[in-house]
This record gives sequence, C-alpha cells and structure tokens, in this order.
Amino acid sequence: MRIVVLAKYVPDPQGTPRLGDDLLLVREGAEGALDPGDEYPLEAGLRLVERDGGEVVVVSMGPEGAAAGVRRALSMGADRGVLVTDPALRGADALVTARVLAAAVRRVGFDLLLAGVESTDGSTGTVPMAVAELLGVPSATFARRLDVADGTLRIERQTEAGYDVVECPLPALATVTAGATEPRYPTLKGIMQAKQKPLEQLSAADLGLAAEDLVPTQRVTAVEDAPQKGPGEVVRGGDGVARIVELLAEAKVI
Amino acid sequence: MAGVWVYAEVGPQGLHPTALELTTKARALGDEVVAVALGPGATEAAGPLGEHGAATVFAGDDPVFADHLGQPAAHALARLVEEHRPDLFLFPTTYDARDVAGRLQARLGSTLLSNATDVLGPDRARMEIMGGTKIVEVELGGPPPRLVLVRPKSFPPEPSGGSARIVPVPADVPEEARGARRVERHQEAASGPKLEEARVVVAGGRGLQDPSNFRLLEDLARAIGHAAVGASRAVVDAGWVPYSYQIGQTGKTVRPEVYIAVGISGATQHLVGMKRAKRIVAINRDPEAPIFKVADLGVVGDALEIVPGLVREIEARKG
Repeated sequence: MRIVVLAKYVPDPQGTPRLGDDLLLVREGAEGALDPGDEYPLEAGLRLVERDGGEVVVVSMGPEGAAAGVRRALSMGADRGVLVTDPALRGADALVTARVLAAAVRRVGFDLLLAGVESTDGSTGTVPMAVAELLGVPSATFARRLDVADGTLRIERQTEAGYDVVECPLPALATVTAGATEPRYPTLKGIMQAKQKPLEQLSAADLGLAAEDLVPTQRVTAVEDAPQKGPGEVVRGGDGVARIVELLAEAKVI
Repeated sequence: MAGVWVYAEVGPQGLHPTALELTTKARALGDEVVAVALGPGATEAAGPLGEHGAATVFAGDDPVFADHLGQPAAHALARLVEEHRPDLFLFPTTYDARDVAGRLQARLGSTLLSNATDVLGPDRARMEIMGGTKIVEVELGGPPPRLVLVRPKSFPPEPSGGSARIVPVPADVPEEARGARRVERHQEAASGPKLEEARVVVAGGRGLQDPSNFRLLEDLARAIGHAAVGASRAVVDAGWVPYSYQIGQTGKTVRPEVYIAVGISGATQHLVGMKRAKRIVAINRDPEAPIFKVADLGVVGDALEIVPGLVREIEARKG
C-alpha cells in the first residue's frame, strides 16, 4: 500500500506571524516548522505501513525552506518526499494549492491519501477535499480513528453530537484530527537516515500546470486590528468567588 | 443586485441553526435569496427558510445526501449552479458543509473563502486572522459563484415573514459519487442544554489537572442552571472529554451571556470559538495566561478551590 501524506510548512506556531507590505504572510526567513496538525495523519500512515507493509510518501508545497518540514516528516519515518516549490506559487490560494497538490499526488500515485483537518496558519480546512475531488476519489473526513482492511478505509468521524462510522473503498482521502494518534518524536537515527532519503523538488511546470492554473482568485485588500475589549478586572484567589457571583447576577443568569 | 444562495444544512436534528443566520444575511446582499437543502427533512426545512428570507428552496429529501459524505451534495450543487448561475454562495462552517464546499470549488474553479465573519457583497468578505486579533478584508475574484464559508453565529437570525417556493432536487447521483458511506451514527450528548444554545458555558482546560475534576464543572453548570459544559482542544485531544465538548477553531462556536473559562490558557485556536461571548470570566493560576486579555473578570487562583466555592455560594443564594 502506498500512503501519501500532505504536509505544510508553516511559520513557527509559537512565534508571532507577520504580514508584509503586500498583505501576505511573511514566509521567507521566518522560523518555520512542519505543521503540528500534519503529524497526526503522518503518524497514522506510518502505523498502517509498519503493520501492513508499503511506503509513506510526503507531498508538500512551499518555498525552498519548506524542505525542512519534509525532512522532519522523513526523520519521523516517511520513506521519501516531494516538494513543489516555485516562485509562481507565492500567494497561492486554496484552489491553486489544491491543483498543485493534486497534480503532485497523481504523479506519485496512491492507495490512501492522508491530510490534517486544517493548517495551523491559514485554517482554511477545504484543501484536502478539493484535492480529492480533482483526483476523483471519495473522502472520509475528520477521522478521530482510522483503519484499513481488505481495501476499505473505515473511520470514526467527528460530528457535533458524537461520531459517525464511515466506510470508503480505496483509493480515498482521509483527514485526520489532532488526538487521533500520538505522533512520535524523531529519533537520532531517524534524523541521520532522513538526510539520505530521497526528496524530489518539482516546479509547477514539471507537473504540467499552466500559468492560468496558478492565478489566485482572492486578494486581501485591507487589514485592521480587531476591536479589543479594554483590560478587564483582575482579582486574586478567594475574592474571586464573590465577584463571579455578582457578575452572574448582573447578567441575570442566576 | 445579485443572486445570493445559501447552503442550508439538514442533519439528523433537522435544519441546522446556521441556515437561518445565513438566509437572514443573504437578504441584505441579494435581490433573490435561494436556499439549497439536501437530505431527509429538506422539504420540511423550507418553512423556516422561507420565513427567514429564502424566496426559493431547492429541496432534495433523498437519503443519498445524508448517507454519503460530500460527493452527492457537491454533484447536485454543481448542476444547480451551472443552470442558475448565482453570484455568491454562502456555506456554514460545519463538518459536512466544509466537505461539500471544498469539492464544489474544485468542480467549478470558483474561489472559496473560509472562516468569514462578515460578508460585505457578492465579491467582498471579511475574516479574522491571528486568533481574532486582526480583521482582513478579502476581494473575491474568479468565475462566479464566489463561495464563502461563514463561521456559525456571525449573524443573528431574524424572520422576515415570507414563504418559499419549493423546487425538488433530483437524486440522480452517479455511482462514483457515492464513495464514502455513513454506516453508523453515535450520540455522545451530554445532559442539559446544548453548548451553542446555553445562556452560560462553563469550559475546562489543562488547568483542571485531572479528567475527574471535570465533575466540578458539571456541578457548577447544574448550580447555575441552563448552563452547558465545554472544553479546550488540549483536554479533548488528551481524551478527558468527548470531542462534542470542544470549543474553538476546530470545535464549536459559542456566544453565551456568560462564558466561564476554568484552567484554560487561551490559545488563539480556543479564543476564536468564544471571544464573542457577552461576558467572559477566566479562572487561572497563571496571571500571564492569554485568556485574561479577553476576560471581563479574571480570577487568578486555584480552580480546584474556587469552583467548589462558587457552587456553595450559588446554592446558598438560591436558599
């Protein structure tokens, strides 16, 4: 079984993101990391391959520095990586990203495609489903548990009220939620081995994408600070109980 | 004026509340509001949709739309869009609608904006970024319709007193669009009011130290009455409480009269789901916790002492 995991290199989730003069997120030169949300599908994929055999291929799109994110995935145990990097992709929106990833995944070939639920920086949450549609495969999304047996993917899918069990024939996409698995830390051996693993870099042209496929269809035109409440009242310890009760009474909820 | 369409989600509990929020907003944006409802209960949903501004409801009651994820709805919507050519299509940020909108985008080559908190016109919307600290305005281009996923509770629903013309949607979904099948549904419903509807929400995080301490929050919710218990992503991921408790970017969006955050640090992913509560109370040991930046009342101290104290005080007031 070949499992492809979509991965994104995002600005350091602990850092403070910055917008440039063009109102795009500054990605160049910023400290980055493999999106923590991508470690869950990666871990899920690694476990399936460790049990049933096959390979895990990581596919990513981003600036050249994003290779560090793919290397991180390789150090966790993925077998090889593909990074689509191209100056023409700067400012790519969800649709452009989906086209690029779909083309790269089609080139690699797959039985199971795994992705996070949404990226930590953009939180768009629709790119994997758009990729699945472009590839013509079904999708089982928001999996908090997943397994594959006899060519069928079976997941527990989060819902507002609880969960649904969803079944789907392969090839298919699953998006995997945080908490579905406990991602491993790369071992020293893993980090050393990752340096030797294949990491292919491709341009948009290598994937046969035309310039008109890469034009973003949305543009940020203004940014402003959200209205913030003034600093609220702060009390310490025991006095808190009385103040909370007063507030609940003011709100007429007790 | 523009043709504004709304994806009115229908689920096992009937029409999703976001549908009426979106038709209300759509009235201000277009001259004819059209809603599309798919799945068992769709025709029945046309009543409230009409009362909230939909002039036409395309309704497909066939179970295929509920039994299979994303693909049948995207298939039906793509055909309706190609025939009627709306300018703007609003979707709620729910699990099912995200699947549908993502697939529809790929089919149509249309733009898609996620996490919108306001829609200004057929080619312009606003969203919050960086944990709600900044608001960006986005110009939507490309071929119509522009697709916009709107966060729940962005607009209050207001009836307009109309009624909708119902147009049935055929269920001729091809076999290849029936891939992922729901085979079981499980409820993990907590007792008491729903999180999205409760007047008071009491939510817990890592600061509670142990899953068993969630019981203290249940006690507090019961003492207050009409209160629901929620949680931060950290403790849901850790398996302390079911996912249905989660409040935040990837969980529920709540807007109660009072929100009480207990031992929640206030990561941006959490703030997105609760910062529009009318009053916010935060209880946390760490005076530097980011949750205090959005709190009307911050209490620095040990939640394990403060919460039982609160319960006693509220019970005493009741007499």
